[in-house]
Amino acid sequence: MPTLTIDGIEVTVPDKTNLIEAAKMVGAEIPHYCYHPGLSVAGNCRMCLVEIEKAPKLAIGCFTPCQEGMVVHTSTEKVLQARKDVLEFLLINHPLDCPVCDQAGECWLQIYYMKHGQYESRMMEDKIKKHKKATAIGPTVTLDQERCILCARCVRFCDEISKTSELGIFNRGNHAELDVFPGKELNNKYSGNVVDICPVGALTDRDFRFQCRVWYLDTQDSICPGCSRGCNIQVHYNLDRPHHAEGRRVLRLKPRFNPEVNKYWICDEGRYGYKFIDDESRILMPQVMRNGGMEFVSWDEALKASAEKIKASIPEELGVLASPQLTNEELYLIRKLFVEELGATQVEFRVPPKEEGYSDDYLVKADKNPNTKGAEEIGLAVGSAEEILKAAAEKKLSALVIFVHNLVNSGLDDSLVKAALEGVETLIFIGSNFSDTSEKANVILPSATYAEKSGTFANSEGRVQRIHEAVPPLGESLPEWQILNELARALGLDWDYQGTEHIFAELAKDVPAFANLTYEILGDQGQTLGYVPPAEEEALVEHGELEAVRAT
Amino acid sequence: MSIKITTKNLNIPNYNRLSVYREHGGYEALKKALSMEPAAVTDEVKRSNLVGLGGAGFPAGVKWGFIPKDTPKAKYLVVNGDEGEPGTFKDRYLLEFAPHQLIEGMIICSYAVGIHKAYIYIRGEYIRQIKIVRRAVEEAQEAGLLGENILGSGFNLDIVVHQGAGAYICGEETGLIESLEGKKGFPRIKPPFFPAAIGLFGCPTVINNVETLSQVPHVIANGAEWFASIGTEKNGGTRVFAVSGHVRKPGICELPMGVPLRELIYEHCGGMRDDRPVKAVIPGGSSSPVLTADHLDTKMDFVGLRDAGSMGGSGAVVVMDDTTCMVDVCANIARFYAHESCGQCTPCREGTGWVSKILDRILAGNARPEDVDNAVRVAKNMMGRTICLLADGAAMPILSYLTKFRNEFDYHVEHKCCDVKGG
Ligand SMILES: Cc1cc2nc3c(=O)[nH]c(=O)nc-3n(C[C@H](O)[C@H](O)[C@H](O)COP(=O)(O)O)c2cc1C
Ligand code: SF4
Ligand code: SF4
Ligand code: SF4
Repeated sequence: MPTLTIDGIEVTVPDKTNLIEAAKMVGAEIPHYCYHPGLSVAGNCRMCLVEIEKAPKLAIGCFTPCQEGMVVHTSTEKVLQARKDVLEFLLINHPLDCPVCDQAGECWLQIYYMKHGQYESRMMEDKIKKHKKATAIGPTVTLDQERCILCARCVRFCDEISKTSELGIFNRGNHAELDVFPGKELNNKYSGNVVDICPVGALTDRDFRFQCRVWYLDTQDSICPGCSRGCNIQVHYNLDRPHHAEGRRVLRLKPRFNPEVNKYWICDEGRYGYKFIDDESRILMPQVMRNGGMEFVSWDEALKASAEKIKASIPEELGVLASPQLTNEELYLIRKLFVEELGATQVEFRVPPKEEGYSDDYLVKADKNPNTKGAEEIGLAVGSAEEILKAAAEKKLSALVIFVHNLVNSGLDDSLVKAALEGVETLIFIGSNFSDTSEKANVILPSATYAEKSGTFANSEGRVQRIHEAVPPLGESLPEWQILNELARALGLDWDYQGTEHIFAELAKDVPAFANLTYEILGDQGQTLGYVPPAEEEALVEHGELEAVRAT
Repeated sequence: MSIKITTKNLNIPNYNRLSVYREHGGYEALKKALSMEPAAVTDEVKRSNLVGLGGAGFPAGVKWGFIPKDTPKAKYLVVNGDEGEPGTFKDRYLLEFAPHQLIEGMIICSYAVGIHKAYIYIRGEYIRQIKIVRRAVEEAQEAGLLGENILGSGFNLDIVVHQGAGAYICGEETGLIESLEGKKGFPRIKPPFFPAAIGLFGCPTVINNVETLSQVPHVIANGAEWFASIGTEKNGGTRVFAVSGHVRKPGICELPMGVPLRELIYEHCGGMRDDRPVKAVIPGGSSSPVLTADHLDTKMDFVGLRDAGSMGGSGAVVVMDDTTCMVDVCANIARFYAHESCGQCTPCREGTGWVSKILDRILAGNARPEDVDNAVRVAKNMMGRTICLLADGAAMPILSYLTKFRNEFDYHVEHKCCDVKGG
């Protein structure tokens, strides 16, 4: 734990901390391009030069470990000049593409030039032409070699994180070019991350390119619903440019740092899996079967129709298929309403997938649901989907409520699903997008997607993490928790949940695994089930009981 | 004093064959070394003041001493035979005509440091030399001078000859190591990647130039005091100068460290072509700042040349008479570095290219007055800010021409032609 002085401020840092990270701790920013905390150090951009007292030359902040007694200056005349000079070098062969470059607005050449550059141009020579401009190098990424500053972050990513090594730097000197190896394309499960870490517009996302200028984007923290890893993400959206991106509001997802879950990365499946949010298949209004056809109705009518059918069923005739795509708050309300209030026994959330999902030893999990763990803890695994459907097929159910699932495209037997969906008198579907299952419903209640509501998911390791509403629910759709609240009221219960935090507080009291958790404790990085507050933990350690508590 | 050490026997027919080498006392120094304590061998080399002859002039024995004694890792010896510095062609002779002298030096070094695997990295274009060295290694193997239990001493060493992949930067020691590992020759950052600590395959590594190691058998055979007495106070022995340019007798020329430049030119290289005056001399390869006729009394060892504002470098001496255009020379050198920069570091990648373009424009009579100052500024901005020393090795000579011969650059800008060559 060396203690050193940076810009006059003394700071003690963990061993092996480099100067860039140490400077952050005292609020000083050392600009850099090639350094990325999730990758090995390359030390090539030379942007992070700082002055260390008694050292003969300026030193690079990325590769200089903090040492006891070091005195570091991050913005002396000498340092500022070196930065300016490096920026000048970086820009002499850089094309004047900003007006047509998709990176503009989030480009570190632009940002640092405004902060540290700003010089008179002295470059008279012709800029060097390179081979690939706006060239797709794989299904997800476009390369512009002239914009590349050869920081090699993307190369290191493919060597060290995706471990696929598609990228390399070819040729020498100022003819050096970033490219894919001959005969290869950049095509791996994590390829989109190279766009995030490319500090300039050399690598751009084919999916996002030219959909929206980044300064029109707003962001909201969320959790990827793509699998049970629960990678932390940011939803980038725009609400006032319906003429862009075919009217899509959510325009891209970006990874959000969480050292316990996904570090700096997300997989491509998760990154590009957001299209359903603004898709044409979204259900925009409640619908009810009347006179042999589905009709759009108001929420009041739809809820009334649903309540009547549910009331008419005795508990044994009521089937509920909840979903591990739902939040803990929603699953808790499902349990409370259907199991505790209505006494339903045919309740389940697990529906086997059609085929085993892809998984690897890094991030991606085979379970493609974000909240299986939460559903298990809340106790919704009561029967089995197959038994419920059998009961429906044998006409032993009068009403079946299905949340989100598309049974037709699942691992369940096709003929059983068909017989069940057709056999049950009342089929209430609650979900965000039309599917072969919603087709068969006689009541459809449109729900919000994860990007349109708040709540929590528990990932496969039991880490409970919050999602937040980025965009409002599309059309008349509502978050499931709100639908459940209204449905309970339509059933004559005096529910009045005002928001998900309210529900979560109740859940934390009721479900042991969630004990002690609050939204505040979850923060933006989440907290694991079985959480013990620090003060209590100390007491338990003293009595040697912590392990026992943890084990429960 | 005319004394030759490493090049003494180069004229003997078939000296590159084992039998002939042995007839002239070859591998006797090895026997002597094997009878000594390893530490005593290193100590002998330290006391001899033998310095690295690849460029930096670092004391060879001290470098060997940096290798940790009690490491669980393998240790390696790497011989730098990349010889890429413009003007340099000495290692080529030593490889072609005295490969066993190098091998003997390598075995002694390995014995002293406790190394059992050594690599010779030879410039890719030296196809003939590579063949000859390979044959010499085979001969040595067959004769029990390499492999297991060398000369019954219990000491083992294997040597691998590696053909370089063709880039100047693969002569820089860490670039060479990367290249030897099968990667692109991108130099590593020092610290922490000092070869003695983290070298080839991440293991402690001695890396020495061909000529440095070729001196070693003679140091052992004749003793440190003898060797040290030949050179200057800090630089022992001789070095092989590779002389080119406007002298009457260009070629390799082995002389004691510290020989005055004037003596080298006029006594050993036949003086100047057409008896024209010396205008400028590159004393240690293209990376060394140029000297003018005022510096003819400079002592040609690492200390003397440093004091004269230049450096000993690779021992390549390029002598230029008054018909030489310094703008042309400078632009030529700049072009070389722009071509050879590995391209990792921003200041070097962009700076070498930019300064080269400016100089080419000045040369072509297509420059503005401020271009000369801009070239100076660009060269300065590359210095001291990069991973390896190529950037400094480019900037220092370029600055030396721009400052010592400023008037020629200004003339080119103003008159759009050359005052030396006319036209
Ligand atoms: C750009 C550059 C190129 C170099 N090229 C060579 C070379 O071709 N041959 C060589 O022996 N040393 C070369 N060197 C020096 C080596 O890095 C290293 O110092 C040398 O091999 C050490 O051996 P020595 O101590 O025996 O001189 C070069 C250094 C730099 C910075
Ligand atoms: S493409 Fe981007 S990340 Fe890759 S080397 Fe170039 S600038 Fe760096
Ligand atoms: S690994 Fe899972 S949670 Fe993470 S981004 Fe991919 S799909 Fe989403
Ligand atoms: S200084 Fe030049 S040659 Fe050396 S590592 Fe940097 S870019 Fe490569």
